[in-house]
Amino acid sequence: MSGGVHPADPLSDAVARAFRDERASVLATLIRQAGDFQLAEDAVQDAFEAAVTAWPRDGIPANPGAWITTAARRRAIDRLRRDRSLADRAERLAELTRLDAQDEEDQPMDDESSIVDDRLRLIFTCCHPALEMPARVALTLRTLGGLTTGEIARAFLVAEPTMGKRIVRAKRKIADAHIPYRVPADEELPDRLRGVLRVVYLIFNEGYAATKGDRLVRGELCDEAIRLGELLTQLMPDDAEVWGLLSLMLLHDARRAARVDSQGRYAALDAQDRSLWDRDRIADGLTTLERAVSLRRPGEYQLQAAITALQIQAPDAENTDWPEIAELYGALARLNPSPVVELNRAVAVGLADGPAAGLTLLEPLLGDPALERYQPLHAAHAELLRRIGDTGAAASAYERAIELTTNAVERAELERRLGALHAG
Amino acid sequence: MAHYMLLVYQEEVDPAQQAEREREMPMFVELHRSLREAGLLVGVQRLHSTESATSVRVRGGDTEVTDGPFAVTKEVLAGYYILDCADLDEALKQAARVPAARWGTVEVRPIMPADEWLRVSRKAGADLPDEAVEDMA
Repeated sequence: MSGGVHPADPLSDAVARAFRDERASVLATLIRQAGDFQLAEDAVQDAFEAAVTAWPRDGIPANPGAWITTAARRRAIDRLRRDRSLADRAERLAELTRLDAQDEEDQPMDDESSIVDDRLRLIFTCCHPALEMPARVALTLRTLGGLTTGEIARAFLVAEPTMGKRIVRAKRKIADAHIPYRVPADEELPDRLRGVLRVVYLIFNEGYAATKGDRLVRGELCDEAIRLGELLTQLMPDDAEVWGLLSLMLLHDARRAARVDSQGRYAALDAQDRSLWDRDRIADGLTTLERAVSLRRPGEYQLQAAITALQIQAPDAENTDWPEIAELYGALARLNPSPVVELNRAVAVGLADGPAAGLTLLEPLLGDPALERYQPLHAAHAELLRRIGDTGAAASAYERAIELTTNAVERAELERRLGALHAG
Repeated sequence: MAHYMLLVYQEEVDPAQQAEREREMPMFVELHRSLREAGLLVGVQRLHSTESATSVRVRGGDTEVTDGPFAVTKEVLAGYYILDCADLDEALKQAARVPAARWGTVEVRPIMPADEWLRVSRKAGADLPDEAVEDMA
């Protein structure tokens, strides 16, 4: 969190822990009660700042979450009293004052299920399709993940004021256009949930395979995405894809330390030092996958997690069940046809049935003008050409892939492979 | 007699310049009052900025929702609807039902309520009495 909090101090630890554990829930509920995103966020911020002074003086409260909730509500009331320009001011003030009086009488404010609903409402609002994708990502990280604007800006390599403007604009659109604060109705839910999962996976991928810069893995984004994935499994435990996505992220993340070798170079799956894999995380990922499978509704994340599980559980690339993986990619292609899935299927078939079979599947993709600048296609093409013994064609495919890569670590690996081609 | 639509176009400016414009609002109020007295005014409303716009297109049976105003310069304004909706989701759903969404774009822009218009202008320093709200919409 921001503001001069000293990490070694137990009181500051308590504030930091409350910030981490309670902020999203408190914020989610206050947004509903106050009916205004910005007002609620400012009030929650005020409450945490108040905690920094009050807790050292009065001691850490028995229930830090309840303390923050009450303080934030009172700050919202103060802000509403002060700022006459806020819309529906009288109604909001009346509602918050009523809730505050109720709290004073020590009546239970909200049962567990309404708190769960508030966080779900918040997720669906932050990931609303009427917001541009970068704004959805930023808003989700800011409100549910509890990252500061500066941290999000650094993670996405944009200037902090740019990121700040993006978030402010998104919140203003939520207010002005009346983007609803609710869980979508049953008929819209599958579509909207898919949108939410896409945002979470995008956050994970941005951390896992950074699109820019020289660090292949930005761990903090992976951690946030997994935390969001876990939250979704708590909030929507009956949805198979929610479990599928969490499993997929865990299984990828388990290999985080092995993706880059000691020299900072990219290491492909078969070249990774398997002793660096996080065994506990893999076990978590596999249990999560079982939970997804038990719901008996295969979806794209679940299928991808199953593919990753097969790769991880095999002792090495040679002894991997490539025919089964090729089949899973086939199922994925039927469910959600995309050139990326087709490419992966071609690679798996290349390993299951030989490079010629892989090249046959790759052929139509190479003719697709939309994929002309897709680096992984050219890297895979080069690899298949090398295996079939066409060194000249392999070299030009590697050169094309190198030209297209924006990640320094990936570029180094492609250059190494190109060099090995000439040497061999 | 015929009905005419007067479409007001302007550049979206920074907050300082916008505040200057807000202070001109009494002149709008005066215009609206005189138009009403002359029996010419059918309706007037202020739109929120394009930052709050959402564009809806239906292509191949699928509804595409994008953040922002319509941006295809070949498309021109052909008509309008004013709907009273619970929230943006309902407005977007109805927008997708407009047949022109299949070949053109339906831009969904929230209308600024008269009392908000009054509040925004006053905050920027416009000198407007409470009753002005009657002439703002």
